[in-house]
Amino acid sequence: MQKRIRFVQGNEACVEGALYAGVSFYAGYPITPSTEIAELLSERLPARGGKFIQMEDEIASMCAIVGASLTGRKVMTATSGPGFSLKQEAIGYACMAEIPCVIVNVQRGGPSTGNPTHVGQGDVNQARWGTHGDHNIIALTASNHQDVFAVTVDAFNLAETYRTPVILLFDEVIGHMRERLVLPEPGELELVERLHTSVPKDVDYHPYLPREDGRLPMSDFGGEHRYNVTGLYHDMWGFPTSSPKIVNGLLRHLMDKIDNRVHEITRCKEHYMDGAEYVLVAYGASARSAIHLARSRRRRGEPIGVIELQTLWPFPAHLVREKCRAAKAVLVVEMNMGQVLHQVRAAVAEPERVFLVNRFDGMLITPTNIQQIIRVIQGRGM
Amino acid sequence: MAVHDYIRQRFFPHMWCPGCGHGIVLNALLHAVDGMGLDKKDLVMVSGIGCSARISGYVDFHSLHTLHGRALAFATGLKLSKPELRVIVPMGDGDALAIGGNHFIHAARRNIDLTAIVMNNRIYGMTGGQFSPLSGPGILATTAPYRNIDSDFDVVELARAAGASFVARTTTYHVHEAIDLLTRAIAHKGFSVVEILSQCPTYFGRKNKLGEAAEMLVQYRTTTARLGSRRLAEHPGLIARGVFVETQRPEYCESYDQVMARAMAEAQR
Repeated sequence: MQKRIRFVQGNEACVEGALYAGVSFYAGYPITPSTEIAELLSERLPARGGKFIQMEDEIASMCAIVGASLTGRKVMTATSGPGFSLKQEAIGYACMAEIPCVIVNVQRGGPSTGNPTHVGQGDVNQARWGTHGDHNIIALTASNHQDVFAVTVDAFNLAETYRTPVILLFDEVIGHMRERLVLPEPGELELVERLHTSVPKDVDYHPYLPREDGRLPMSDFGGEHRYNVTGLYHDMWGFPTSSPKIVNGLLRHLMDKIDNRVHEITRCKEHYMDGAEYVLVAYGASARSAIHLARSRRRRGEPIGVIELQTLWPFPAHLVREKCRAAKAVLVVEMNMGQVLHQVRAAVAEPERVFLVNRFDGMLITPTNIQQIIRVIQGRGM
Repeated sequence: MAVHDYIRQRFFPHMWCPGCGHGIVLNALLHAVDGMGLDKKDLVMVSGIGCSARISGYVDFHSLHTLHGRALAFATGLKLSKPELRVIVPMGDGDALAIGGNHFIHAARRNIDLTAIVMNNRIYGMTGGQFSPLSGPGILATTAPYRNIDSDFDVVELARAAGASFVARTTTYHVHEAIDLLTRAIAHKGFSVVEILSQCPTYFGRKNKLGEAAEMLVQYRTTTARLGSRRLAEHPGLIARGVFVETQRPEYCESYDQVMARAMAEAQR
């Protein structure tokens, strides 16, 4: 069978991945540089019986997907920095009430309205800590359109498996750049469907009583089981409580369900890592320049390799520690003032050997930018 | 079915203050639902945050207790996703019209089939008695110790202007009227709004020297009049009760069905 090959923007690859994963509800609000995702889904979803709604603001979009998820649908919204700030309130709600949903943030330059049509990667820490209070989150990223498709499918799978919001942290370059995408055949990538309760009608269903494996089988709104969902601390019926024992147990559950599965959730890609003395840790569009540099320097025999992060949260500290063990120097390449940098420094045995290669002027970081810093570290000048 | 079959007795007693009007709203709502013979499995209650919002936990429907002001946004997603569900959205006055004002006007504009109940006690009760956008000038509140200077919204006029296709107002004194209006609102296809004036003796009443709950209820009798009544014609300063808007216009989920039909037809061409 002939492969279906497309020449698309990253935003379109994300849409294709979401449709492949079974998204059937999207709510959003126009914002650069993520708008193409909404435009494409407004066309594609109704044609396959799905629902699309343009809400009155970013807050409402996030709330609407949570409401729709409770009826049993796979749901998504997409935004960029300012909209991501507004969505934080309801992202926290989805963490607390354990509602599966996917949030795309095609990053642009910040803070505030910032640099709307230019690239940035300044929302990494916001993806982790944007909403108030202790909580856990999953955030994924990708540097090419085939991977954008794949991590989008992953995002839906993880959201359903762990009953959590999952954030797709792309950037303007990935979102707007065009490149080849080979559409996987149905069945080629694994899809996780929602785990529904097997508790029969008229038997007491405990929506918030985790099974032994920590998972919470759901019951759709409109189904046989009627229960309460709240953003307050709640008991096994979903009813509000401030019992210290239950508050303590619920927060531990929310943290542990992801922390205990870090090894299953997290992953990264390796490029030219055989015997690499200089390891570039990069992600998203920054990884493209890092990979380009490593490829060209390897041809000259220079031992430069790249660890490309695909999971940003939970941070794959064990992977970074392992793969940077033998490095003379570790360079974190990112388009911000240093966000993943701190995670890498905390992960490795010798944080003083971790350096930042960054750019935050709205322009894509280049292989030359990275090479200059390597030369400085090597004592060879700029 | 008896009314108590619609509540979750496990979660009683409720958390409202003695004399609070919100229990009367709950009672009227349950009688409306019971009278309509609705199946609990088809009913969803979506609420925000505040004293009013706790109503959703007490009913044996699918219940979603959301964020302050955001109930209509959650409800919009839920309803569009599964239009066969009947979705009731009780909100407080600050919840619905201060922090939730944008969601309120846009839900009305879309004419999506939700029943919004504004439980208007003219105060933020849960946080201890601050003025709301429905308090009105001259009111005393913990954040208006020299009397409030903020003008208030008229919920009925706001809902009408924004496009709600059913708009009504009553009070907790007029329980049978409330049951009737809620029944009509739930049965109405489109965005319906029922404002129910509900007494808060603990904060609004005490601060403004309006007396105990029973006295506040009597004030609802003396300060309001039925729409079209001679009393209202003779005393136009009274607060009008009754149905202000009852029209038919395209409902959002039904219109979206047409979008899907057009999209599918184009996809097949």
